[in-house]
Amino acid sequence: MKLTKESGWESMLDMFIFETLQLIGEMEQSVLNIEKSSGFKTSINEIFRVMHTIKSSAAMMLFDNIATLAHSIEDLFYYLREEKPQQVDYASLTDIVLAGIDFIKGEINYIERGEKAEGDASGLIDLSKQYLISLKALQPVEPYSQPVDLVEELSPSEELTFTRSGDTAEGNRYHATIFFEDNCEMENVRAYLVLRNLEQMASIIEYCPPDIIDNEATVSLIRQDGFQVLFTTELKIEELESQLLKTAFIKEIQFDTLGNEDVYPVESSEEMLKSSPEIALTPFGEAREPDISITTRKPTLISVNISKLDSLMDLVGELVISEAMVSQNPELADLNLDGFRKATRQLTKITHELQDVVMSIRMVSLSLTFQKMHRVVRDMSHKLSKAVQLEIIGEETEVDKNIIEQISDPIMHLIRNAIDHGIETPEERRIAQKDGIGKITLEARNSGGEVWITIKDDGKGLDRDKILQRAREHGLVNNSEPALSDQEIYSYILLPGFSTKEQVSEFSGRGVGMDVVMKNIEKVGGSVLVDSSPGIGTTVSLKIPLTLAIIDGMVIKVGDARFTIPMTSIKESFKIWGENIIIDPEGNEMILIRGECYSIIRLHEFCHLSTNVTRIQDGIIIMVENESNRACLFADALLGEQQVVIKSLPEYVKRLRCKAKGLGGCTLLGDGSISLILDVAGLLARC
Amino acid sequence: MADILDDSLDYEEDTQKGKFLIFSLDKENYGIEIKYVTEIIGIQLITDIPDLPLYIKGVINLRGKIIPIMDVRLRFGKEPRKYDDRTCIIVVDIKDMSIGLVVDRVFEVTSVPDEDIAAPPQMNKSFQKYIKGIGKVGNEVKLLLDCDCLLDEEESEILTEAM
Repeated sequence: MKLTKESGWESMLDMFIFETLQLIGEMEQSVLNIEKSSGFKTSINEIFRVMHTIKSSAAMMLFDNIATLAHSIEDLFYYLREEKPQQVDYASLTDIVLAGIDFIKGEINYIERGEKAEGDASGLIDLSKQYLISLKALQPVEPYSQPVDLVEELSPSEELTFTRSGDTAEGNRYHATIFFEDNCEMENVRAYLVLRNLEQMASIIEYCPPDIIDNEATVSLIRQDGFQVLFTTELKIEELESQLLKTAFIKEIQFDTLGNEDVYPVESSEEMLKSSPEIALTPFGEAREPDISITTRKPTLISVNISKLDSLMDLVGELVISEAMVSQNPELADLNLDGFRKATRQLTKITHELQDVVMSIRMVSLSLTFQKMHRVVRDMSHKLSKAVQLEIIGEETEVDKNIIEQISDPIMHLIRNAIDHGIETPEERRIAQKDGIGKITLEARNSGGEVWITIKDDGKGLDRDKILQRAREHGLVNNSEPALSDQEIYSYILLPGFSTKEQVSEFSGRGVGMDVVMKNIEKVGGSVLVDSSPGIGTTVSLKIPLTLAIIDGMVIKVGDARFTIPMTSIKESFKIWGENIIIDPEGNEMILIRGECYSIIRLHEFCHLSTNVTRIQDGIIIMVENESNRACLFADALLGEQQVVIKSLPEYVKRLRCKAKGLGGCTLLGDGSISLILDVAGLLARC
Repeated sequence: MADILDDSLDYEEDTQKGKFLIFSLDKENYGIEIKYVTEIIGIQLITDIPDLPLYIKGVINLRGKIIPIMDVRLRFGKEPRKYDDRTCIIVVDIKDMSIGLVVDRVFEVTSVPDEDIAAPPQMNKSFQKYIKGIGKVGNEVKLLLDCDCLLDEEESEILTEAM
């Protein structure tokens, strides 16, 4: 029993984290929409719905701090939605909501790491309550407004939820709020027991939440706000209390005496039933309705464990290879099999389509990553009091999921840099006769097997001389180097510890950002280009591969073996006639090309393979490059360029090879044979 | 629930216990515990990998899985022999690692009860350390391999080499 409960809890927790993060993401967008005050009516509904869902699920998962915070924001938006106030301070409203979002995000992070979510949200809750009060104070009194004491005591969403269960009887009217002990579970059933007890002593007018037996979600409401009963009795309140406290698990009962002549919420809610039918729904009705709209809006999405996807991809890879083995089987080569050929062509077509689809599953569009940047821009421009507008182009471009995780931070750094260093203050812009609002363009586009992401600002541009001066200070440039291209100079800002900003600000200027950008992009096999023109702006381009698992490789032949060299590290390949070869006393061969000397690595010697091609002029020379190191590899022949799926070497082999470098993994070629992938960096380190 | 699971595991182990796959190298017959063996395949194209000990012949592609191949003859310091159509690769799973063992030929699966297994004589011969026991089947003698040792020994050797 305990076991199943725990595993159930785990999966519920996963679901909760997943859902909440998704909702929060959606909501952040809505909030930013409000601020731009485009379509703010729908946004209010959206935020209300999201907060309501988060509140309920957080309460269900016993994350009380999240639940109460979500509840207070929900109250705020309930008021906005129902009362449609005219004067609303949207700026501070979004601040409150964004702060709330950040708080929930932070808590979810803790929960994800298996720590306890015990952050204190009371400050935020107070803030949102105060805002609600000030909002109400601003509004003219509505004819059907609630009795003041009830409005303060109960959240607006619950004012209307009392269910009438009996006629008004003689005696004093009381309003009781009953709290159950923490962790007693099944609060709704216990509340029902209380009702049954109470019925014998008093006549109950109404209670809240109303559908305690049918709706299990009421548990969280009762846990949060207590179970509220309105009743009349002739008994004394002390007697009643002592009777009620006999019910198990009651922690506390609060009684309020209401005079006979008081206006009852039940009457006002009846009035409202007639006047405005759309608000007559109970909160649960409201909650259910949007929930359905979620499922109908996104019925096509499911979340799948990523390891299943990986193994699916492996299987399809195998399928492609075995398909090639069947259709290109040498035993069938000489036979005249029309029907068979036709059938295999069909098989080939389908397997390749299948492969495309499986590859596309891992591809995720950049839109989520890009949309997050709106928030970054907003926060930064507020803090630095610069007016900045973010334009996003091509957010539908798709990239492998693993890569997206790696590039999200770099993009954020670059955008921060652009706002902090690039975009000028409004005054400066006016003097420079530019549009008062700075513009940052975040663009993604496909080109060949790569994705280019450019971050462009129309700010003051990079200071070429200052960078050069800094570079000299750091000893990166010799004074004797007169002609550095602009590109070369600008690329210095990508080096660690290099900042041209004198003042370190909260956001950037510590010189850490850009080299982190560089490292992250290099980790996924991409590169960074910086370009800038003074007074017009700076453009940073990130070139990233579409996926990590597949590389463009050149397949080469050495004896019977075939090797794959990543295309990105090949500089050029050529034949030579032996005249440029230099041999040093130790027998190392070197080659002179265009005045530069490179050492030659004979792959057949490196791998101890036998081959007929040993004379330098019979084979081919491939010049490879890693960062600034270059060397020439000698192989028998080039077989052609091919996209290959990288597989790692078996664990046992890696262990035996210990520190031996030079191999980056292996891959399967179309005929099922294995080709080793050369790791150029490791190869160069060995010679 | 957990008890039932344990029982079924025990049961499975029981059916495999005392069963050995018999193969030959040179003139001797060897036995390897059946629980390690995943499958037996014919010899196939082996891709050479540089910087490995001689007895590791390279890697093969086993239905999309890359597994290393060890020539047991070389591992035991015997003369190499040209592979023919009787040469087999026994794919074994040792400590979650798949590895293929090249042997001269594979015979059968035999039961060797515990009481028929004798401890190996204490000698200081090089390959003796891979032998866990000597099993008697009828009039013949099978050398029973210690699979864990087959891989494990490596680490210490490499370490000493590296020093």
